[in-house]
Amino acid sequence: MRILVTGLNHKTAPVEVREKLAFDGPKLDEGLRELLRLRNVEEGIIISTCNRVELYTHVKEVESAIEEIKQFLSTFHSIKPESLEGSLYFYSERDAIRHVFRVASSLDSMVVGEPQILGQVKDAFDFALKKKATGVLLNKLLKKAISVAKRVRTETRIAENAVSISYAAVELAKKIFADLSEKTFMLLGAGEMAELAVRHLINNGVRDVTVANRTYERGVELAREFCGRAIKFDDFKTELVNTDIIICSTGAPTYILYKEDMQRIMKERKNRSVFIIDISVPRNIDPEINDIDNVYLYDVDDLQGVVDANILERRKEAERAEAIVEEEVEKFLKWQNSLDAVPTIVALRNKAEEIKQTELERLFNRLPGLDERERNIIMTSVNAIVNRLIHPPTAALKEDHEDRDALIAMIKTLYGLEENGSKNRV
Amino acid sequence: MTILFELALTFYFASTIVGVVELFKGSKATTRIMVGLTAIGFVLHTINILLRYFIAGHIPITNMHEAASFFSWCIVLLFFYIEYRYRIGLLGSFIMPVVFVLMLSSSMLPREIKPLSPMLQSSWLAVHTTLAFLGDAAFAMAAGLGVMYLIQEHFLKSKHLGGLFQRLPNLQILDEINYKLITIGFPLLTLAIITGALWAESTLGSYWRWDPKEVWSLITWFIYVLVLHVRLRVGWKGKKAAILSIVGFLAVLFTFFGVNLLLKGFHSFVR
Repeated sequence: MRILVTGLNHKTAPVEVREKLAFDGPKLDEGLRELLRLRNVEEGIIISTCNRVELYTHVKEVESAIEEIKQFLSTFHSIKPESLEGSLYFYSERDAIRHVFRVASSLDSMVVGEPQILGQVKDAFDFALKKKATGVLLNKLLKKAISVAKRVRTETRIAENAVSISYAAVELAKKIFADLSEKTFMLLGAGEMAELAVRHLINNGVRDVTVANRTYERGVELAREFCGRAIKFDDFKTELVNTDIIICSTGAPTYILYKEDMQRIMKERKNRSVFIIDISVPRNIDPEINDIDNVYLYDVDDLQGVVDANILERRKEAERAEAIVEEEVEKFLKWQNSLDAVPTIVALRNKAEEIKQTELERLFNRLPGLDERERNIIMTSVNAIVNRLIHPPTAALKEDHEDRDALIAMIKTLYGLEENGSKNRV
Repeated sequence: MTILFELALTFYFASTIVGVVELFKGSKATTRIMVGLTAIGFVLHTINILLRYFIAGHIPITNMHEAASFFSWCIVLLFFYIEYRYRIGLLGSFIMPVVFVLMLSSSMLPREIKPLSPMLQSSWLAVHTTLAFLGDAAFAMAAGLGVMYLIQEHFLKSKHLGGLFQRLPNLQILDEINYKLITIGFPLLTLAIITGALWAESTLGSYWRWDPKEVWSLITWFIYVLVLHVRLRVGWKGKKAAILSIVGFLAVLFTFFGVNLLLKGFHSFVR
């Protein structure tokens, strides 16, 4: 039994190819059914997200399964097999297990540590479970992958740090304020990055939004977009008395807010904390404002610094996560190898049972005068002999052996065992 | 009985160590271990105090050993309250070292239970001391939160946003709890001073005798009046409030240790 991963992701294929191969909506159900119809495929799961399409399969024979799956993908999505060349990757055995664990743990994601992928893996697994597309091997693999992902999440800080400027702004706001939904926010100016940051803030609970733009109409437009209100640009200083979070992104060539202004404003607002994000270049807010108590001013370089440090931190944490994955892959392989011995153990037991039954029957036929009690005593004793004889080889098979395949072969020869087709579905 | 105290001390020590480790390399597991160790220590500590109460027949706050021990007990009690009410990270890392130092100093002081001097034999003893120690515990906690606030504030101002910054809670909650603790501590201290005065009147015949402890309690009281005043009237929030709450606690510590050890008066246990 072999695990095979077939797939393509944001690293190997452009979005034009990925969207063609996506299994969305009804295609997922249909695709899964056709996948299972392939001769070499025993179990299957399909994961289809905007960044990756992957097929996790339990196959009889890897090489031929790869060919079948390639064929399946190109006919199912009606694209030429040649156009898939170079985009698809195939992993089997150890590499396949590692890949599944890394995907679930978000180590293979575009933004390492992003949390959505685990949910997507779970959904795909649940769907396959519901369609009865999985068996012992993939069930164990996916359950393990989910627990590895959880372990990575709790034991490393891979998902903790913000890796974009707008997200960093939100994280900082959360370290200054307890509840963003109680805070008032003002956007000074406009700009793509500023608007992205506003959206992030709104997603994190900010409700009270004010927009001050030099062009009032543009301000009104933005305010409508954020369900806020617009004020005249010249009034912004008066409004700051009631504002807790400010994002400033105007095109002004000089400072528009000086230390003296802010000192006065802080007095009026009784020193309640203010968080100012100045992403304008050149800067619009006097940097000395950061020296006032309870005012926290971050410019675009400060935020970039946070992001860079976080990316570095994530990389370090990712290394620790990889070590965890490696450890779990080893454990899984051990479990999987122990499955290899199961058919032999079963065959050995069956054979012993068969011999025992035949011989007992023969014995009881020859000694018809035995009563129930005597028969029971003989049976107990024969059972004991058989069990004691087959115990050592069974135990040896169950143990974690370096050369298990050779051991299995040897035991088969010694006991004259023949396996009958039950090898796969255990 | 002694062994209970030693065991409590040991558990508090272990919890302090875990708390310090947590500062550098925290996770949910370390927090749970820390709270667990503290809880075991607290149970043992409680039994120890109860035993002393039954053996002596009065509230065990009549020598320095008992006083420091009871003070620690009050702080741990409040720690659990704040921990379960707010669940803010790393609180134990800042509080348990204080508890451990208090307990350690308590462990080095003589422990024998002596007959209570006639002057102290009054039901005022339990009321007055319990109020005073609960108030002091609230101030200790407020100071711990003040230290956390100052550290976090420094990180945010200087833009050093490392691991400790990530684990410390947000400034607003630190400031709010700090304030709340002072509003708990202040009335307790006020009541402690009033009951002390009433007690003094009933045994010594006058409300106020300018005993060093009384003087220093009054100084402490004025510091906290100032803390509350500048916060509510002048708007000293955040950093300045945090610093003041630490200054206030230093006054509490001096009133507690300094007066007893350095200055003499009828509050002093050494007679």
